[in-house]
Amino acid sequence: LFPQHAHAWTNAAFEAKTVPDALKAYGGGAPTESKDVTLTAPDIAENGAVVPMGVATTLANVKHLLVMVEKNPFPLVAKFDVSESVDPNFLTRAKMGQSSDVYAVAITRDGKALYAKKEVKVTLGGCGG
Amino acid sequence: GLGRWGEADAATAADRLYDIPKFGNVSFLHITDCHAQLQPIWFREPSVNLGVGAMTGRLPHVVGEHLLKAANLPAGSAQAYAFTCQDFEQAARRWGKVGGFAHLATLVKRLKAGRPGALLLDGGDTWQGSATALWTKGQDMVDAAKLLGVDVMTGHWEFTLGMQRVQEIVEKDFAGRIEFVAQNVKTADFGDPVFKPYVMRTINGVPCAILGQAFPYTPIANPRYFVSDWTFGIRDDEMQKMVDETRSKGAQVVVLLSHNGMDVDLKMATRVRGIDAIFGGHTHDGMPVATVVSNSGGKTLVTNAGSNGKFLGVMDFDVRGGKVQDFRYRLLPVLSNALPADREMQALITKVRAPYEAKLGEKLAVTEGTLYRRGNFNGTGDQLLLDALMDVQGAQIAFSPGFRWGTSLLPGETITREWLMDMTATTYSYATVSNMSGEMIKTVLEDVCDNLFNPDPYYQQGGDMVRVGGLQYTCNPLAPMGQRITDMRLDGRAIEASKQYKVAGWAPVAEEAKNAPGVRPVWEVVEEWLRSKRGVVQARKANLPKLAGVLPNPGYVDAG
Amino acid sequence: MRIRAQAQGSGAVVRVLMSHEMETGQRKDAAGKVIPAWHITDVTATHNGKQVLAAEWGPGVAKNPFLQFTVKGAKAGDKIAVTWKDNKGDTRTDEATVS
Ligand SMILES: [Mn+2]
Ligand SMILES: [Mn+2]
Repeated sequence: LFPQHAHAWTNAAFEAKTVPDALKAYGGGAPTESKDVTLTAPDIAENGAVVPMGVATTLANVKHLLVMVEKNPFPLVAKFDVSESVDPNFLTRAKMGQSSDVYAVAITRDGKALYAKKEVKVTLGGCGG
Repeated sequence: GLGRWGEADAATAADRLYDIPKFGNVSFLHITDCHAQLQPIWFREPSVNLGVGAMTGRLPHVVGEHLLKAANLPAGSAQAYAFTCQDFEQAARRWGKVGGFAHLATLVKRLKAGRPGALLLDGGDTWQGSATALWTKGQDMVDAAKLLGVDVMTGHWEFTLGMQRVQEIVEKDFAGRIEFVAQNVKTADFGDPVFKPYVMRTINGVPCAILGQAFPYTPIANPRYFVSDWTFGIRDDEMQKMVDETRSKGAQVVVLLSHNGMDVDLKMATRVRGIDAIFGGHTHDGMPVATVVSNSGGKTLVTNAGSNGKFLGVMDFDVRGGKVQDFRYRLLPVLSNALPADREMQALITKVRAPYEAKLGEKLAVTEGTLYRRGNFNGTGDQLLLDALMDVQGAQIAFSPGFRWGTSLLPGETITREWLMDMTATTYSYATVSNMSGEMIKTVLEDVCDNLFNPDPYYQQGGDMVRVGGLQYTCNPLAPMGQRITDMRLDGRAIEASKQYKVAGWAPVAEEAKNAPGVRPVWEVVEEWLRSKRGVVQARKANLPKLAGVLPNPGYVDAG
Repeated sequence: MRIRAQAQGSGAVVRVLMSHEMETGQRKDAAGKVIPAWHITDVTATHNGKQVLAAEWGPGVAKNPFLQFTVKGAKAGDKIAVTWKDNKGDTRTDEATVS
């Protein structure tokens, strides 16, 4: 389906239709909530097409950090590899078609999936005081 | 019975009202949400302002007699008139019109005379809400704010004049006079600050910081295209950094000039440490007392100063030993009969209105009933707009946005073009007509309802429910998102999800709406309807949803 | 690409704005035909020539993507280069100097 790259794009993760299926593709087990993972996202999206999202962790043995939007057709938005050379803290902007829970997930080297989540509201807008 | 001001005439009552003893050594005067009302007006406070979740029955969600009781205000008093909708018509005739910048200016001067060094803060929604503000692109209000002596401001509706106009005013008109502060407005590309986050001022030797918070949901509640290069949001972690920065620079008093809306301010006060007071606006809650909120850093006072030029907030701090020891707070109603017009301000107002007087004063009809807007679900003034939209546009259903600005009229008064513009003047007041499925109508009502009644204030936008003409429905504010609206009916028949209905509306946030063929401003549509009434408009009966789950409630009185 | 790299604390904060449609493959054109997916799949970054970042993106990343990350130990004058590749095989690299 896609041309070959030096870094093979993980089809199984990006084409997964649910959060757990996408996690499996990176070797993550059943997800557990963790206060050592942080998600930065607005409460209400200013524009559903451009929603700022940040993922960070204070955990030591993390392999990947993921940003996911549960109700998107394909929940996985981005995967960042954690290395010695960068802070485990990444920001991007995602698309959202509707209000949804958003996840920041850390996949550890021993196959754990630890997450933080919050609801981001996508509204039709209008009105005001 | 009648309280201590009950029998006094307006002037005597006013002297007692405004003669407040000086307290402490650092004072802030606060106005907010005047919505460009330079002239004295009528303004009826809401009879419905429901709080949900933790906010149930707490200020500001207390109205009418419940508010009198909660704030210990005597019935029949000037305060009862100013703060509640109780006996509105009777009280209005007794106490007279409220607000007016010339009367406000007199009060500001009087208070500043007894409070040397006091700063005047303007919480925004200043440049929008009247015909003259629209026609002069806010210039009348900019000049009036400068003359009034505003020191610091933040904004919301200001942004609907567009980014360029805002920056022009801030950089040119305000230069060296008024600081525009907003820590939560950033550029959309790299997130650089657009405005100063705060300013520092020394008052009677005490270093003070004034932080600004613009309306966080401007690009959602109003058309995004006006602010396309900027991003807003609540950003309380960055607020904390700014507070800490001002404290590290030696600020002994830190106040936040906020346009969050009161529920959001109350939540923010629990999360951010080190703010002495949040002077709030946006939700137009005229709160006679300050609410004290505890947080990990101590206590934060939260106030809200109403709307339409009707109130002046006065916060006196006793600052000793490097910190606030005590405070006194009052929200003074601006009773125009009790405060002589300031000559200089009156001259400015006369001058800015002169080119438009004839147009403003044009008589469109006489109203037989009271017209007002404010309230969670509908008002008679909005009902007039809805009736006009349905008739003129040939629509089965009409929607009118849940704005909280707009002035009132008493029975027998003339509906002028000025009043109509007070109710409708925005930079995007296009009248719309569209076919909507029953399912879409439900989606719209649920969406707006969640923006009003989400139990978490950070998910609220601070407007009221969209006003609905033609369609009846039941609303349970306590139900979860998607389940609050039930039993939607048109002429007694249930709305069908897949059926199309013709719906009229105005002030769409989508940019395409302004290019629709034959699109015209809503005031033209309503004016056409008013003229067809041949002089007299009968009292309007506001179409209200049937409420489920929330009554009785201190945020609700049956005001007839 | 617009890249801004600023020394901050013991590293450099890098902010990148890329120019890309990020077409989802879910939308249809006026004729009802599906618009094929066209989006960045891989992003990498180097610090003075040494790779420091690798990321995989799907079509859920917003149009004209934004990325922020912090390179440890980077200081003023260092070079940061960012490369993206998309699912059509296009690629682009831009470089900035830490300020
Ligand atoms: Mn307002
Ligand atoms: Mn506002």
